[in-house]
Amino acid sequence: MSDKVKVTIDGITVEVALGTSILNAARQIGGDIVPPAMCYYSKLEGSGGKCRTCIVKVSKGSEKDPRPMPKLVASCRTTVMDGMEVQNITSTEVIEARSGVVEMLLINHPLDCPVCDQAGECDLQNLSYEHGLQKTRYEFERRTFDRIDIGDKIQLHMNRCILCYRCVFTADQITNKRVHGILNRGDHSEISTYIQTAVNNDFSGNVIDVCPVGALTDKTFRFRNRVWFTKPIDAHRECLTCSGKVTLWYKGDDVLRVTARKDIYGEVEEFICNTCRFDKKKTADWVIEHPTHISDASVIASNHYETLKPLPVIQNNPQLQQANKVELEKTAKF
Amino acid sequence: MGRKLLLEHIHVPGINTLEVYRQKGGYRALEKAIKTLTPDEVVEEVKKSGLRGRGGAGFPTGMKWSFLAKPERVARYLVCNADESEPGTFKDRYLMTYIPHALIEGMIVSSYALGANTSYIYVRGEMMPQIRILEKAIAEAKNAGLLGKNILGSGYDLELYVQPGGGAYICGEETALLESLEGKRGNPRIKPPFPAIAGLYGCPTVVNNVESIAAVVPIINNGGEEYAKIGIGRSTGTKLISASGNIVKPGVYEIELGLPVEEFIYSDEWCGGIANGKQLKATVAGGSSVPILPANLSLKLANGDPRLMSYESLSEGGFATGSMMGSGGFIAFDEDQCIVRNTWNFARFYHHESCGQCSPCREGTGWMEKVLHRLEYGHGKMSDIDLLVNVAKNIEGNTICPLGDAAAWPVASAIRHFRDEFEWHVKEPAKALNINYGLANYAAPIAKAEVTIGN
Repeated sequence: MSDKVKVTIDGITVEVALGTSILNAARQIGGDIVPPAMCYYSKLEGSGGKCRTCIVKVSKGSEKDPRPMPKLVASCRTTVMDGMEVQNITSTEVIEARSGVVEMLLINHPLDCPVCDQAGECDLQNLSYEHGLQKTRYEFERRTFDRIDIGDKIQLHMNRCILCYRCVFTADQITNKRVHGILNRGDHSEISTYIQTAVNNDFSGNVIDVCPVGALTDKTFRFRNRVWFTKPIDAHRECLTCSGKVTLWYKGDDVLRVTARKDIYGEVEEFICNTCRFDKKKTADWVIEHPTHISDASVIASNHYETLKPLPVIQNNPQLQQANKVELEKTAKF
Repeated sequence: MGRKLLLEHIHVPGINTLEVYRQKGGYRALEKAIKTLTPDEVVEEVKKSGLRGRGGAGFPTGMKWSFLAKPERVARYLVCNADESEPGTFKDRYLMTYIPHALIEGMIVSSYALGANTSYIYVRGEMMPQIRILEKAIAEAKNAGLLGKNILGSGYDLELYVQPGGGAYICGEETALLESLEGKRGNPRIKPPFPAIAGLYGCPTVVNNVESIAAVVPIINNGGEEYAKIGIGRSTGTKLISASGNIVKPGVYEIELGLPVEEFIYSDEWCGGIANGKQLKATVAGGSSVPILPANLSLKLANGDPRLMSYESLSEGGFATGSMMGSGGFIAFDEDQCIVRNTWNFARFYHHESCGQCSPCREGTGWMEKVLHRLEYGHGKMSDIDLLVNVAKNIEGNTICPLGDAAAWPVASAIRHFRDEFEWHVKEPAKALNINYGLANYAAPIAKAEVTIGN
């Protein structure tokens, strides 16, 4: 039996290893057909299946059993079968259901983006920009919680939490002591630590990176700056506890914060330790590599040299090149 | 008089003790199974019987058993789901209270069939008296050599444990039950893998309802084919119905599947009609999770034939004109009941019980509850009705476990069938606070409503 299976997602066929999830198969194809994921995190075992934003339609189960699956499935937790056909953006049913899920995620979210540190690099913000509604249909008071300090470096702002459980899995799997979990039930659920014990572990800071929204924020960076005014630079240092590979976020000459390096799906490449994250905030601590690549679509890219290159769509279209002639000439000077 | 298989001896004094239970023919099925049948033959009998899961989904029990993976040197478990918390359902509690040995015997026979050497009965935390009853019954059975090592000299070992739950509705979902049994937070697991492959502690596990397991006893006693003769079509055997609401004689009834709903409600043998001389307005046929039906559709199918108490007949017509058998929690509403208030009450329950794991259910149940509360208390808007339909649609089918569906169906069906009443609550908010909408045309025997809905 071959350990490769063929799966077709939105008409694009790809060969993937047996046991791959639909989401990861889609990521191998890349581009617009990748379902958004708010809770799935490839580095965390057992994550996924909860936010339901990655739902897709399986229009053909497999070569052997071509029946379609009766319900929309969570692509992050459904493994591909040989000959499976999946519809993501080509199915109106999926698009509708996804916008329903986004609406649900937002009804108890405070939408305080103007004062939220995550704004600009927030998965929920991107998701609602793409799939959300202009207006809310929810006319009731949103649930509120008090802000909680988890140790002296991390603040938990439960109002913004979408209960993706990523930080719970991180605390479970990356740090070696479990003092972090979920309390209560339903829409009263809250992330909590044992009677607000500080999470004192070398790797506890990673919960900030995995949080898709602004619920867990870095207190050393809180309210210091908007992320799109800072410039990310990849750097590394010799570190005994972690790989030491990070992204430094500069404003002028100052390092305002340190995060792990993230890939295009917002997942960290390697988890970093708290020393690197919180204590090393001088350029002298680091070996600078190069500016971090930021997607053109991101607001963070707005102040970056990379965007001075013409957008891909312009590069391939002579008409657009003509229309943007002045801009392009300016760019050429740099 | 219908045949009684489970509750035949329920009124015999002392039937809760091993001695009286054995005098009345108890543990015959165990002896028959363990001495004359192989485990596979027991499974075969249950398959032949056509027994369908009594917990709500109605999945054929024998088929579920045959799906159980049997890797070598891996323990298998049978778990009995006694976390009965569906509003309107109280049959399992009744069975466990009065005739606990029926469940114990069923557990032993079923465990033998599945090759499980450790089995659990997961009982809802609020049922403390039943937990004590079961533990006493287990101790009796153990003393008599019916449980423990080398049962009846057959060489088959079984340990049976009772595990109290914490009282969460969600722990009645089989994978949440297993999580809870493992000592974790009772969040449903994402399926696949199904428990038959990886269940309790990652081992193959079968989770069955109390009544399903108890029904194995008469199946073995009389043979699967004999059991299959009772009932109608693919709904075989007898079913315990928890009848409640505005009826003369509420209680637990054992019916042969296929009994007409009308007979069940109005016959003196069963519910004895609607209390206080009122008229029937609506029924919920299988516990709070199933769609509510107006009186006319409760008693008759859309084509005018009588509706029967069976899996097929109750769901005849899909969600447009049908409901579901569910767990058999039959609730009758008379003309004085407010459907909006009842829908709000159900929504409040699901809001309270949602585990909060996946977003549509966590947020949607609360949203529906708030909108329904507003409607009930006279602050609603016309647009709220369509909003509710849309929110219910967004929850349904998009969640990890069936709780989302169970929360959405009662709301969607109430609006589908009782939209007039919802609109009246918006138009006449002051009146709606003091008086009820009444019966309107919900019991009208005209096919008018069905025709429009059927399209």
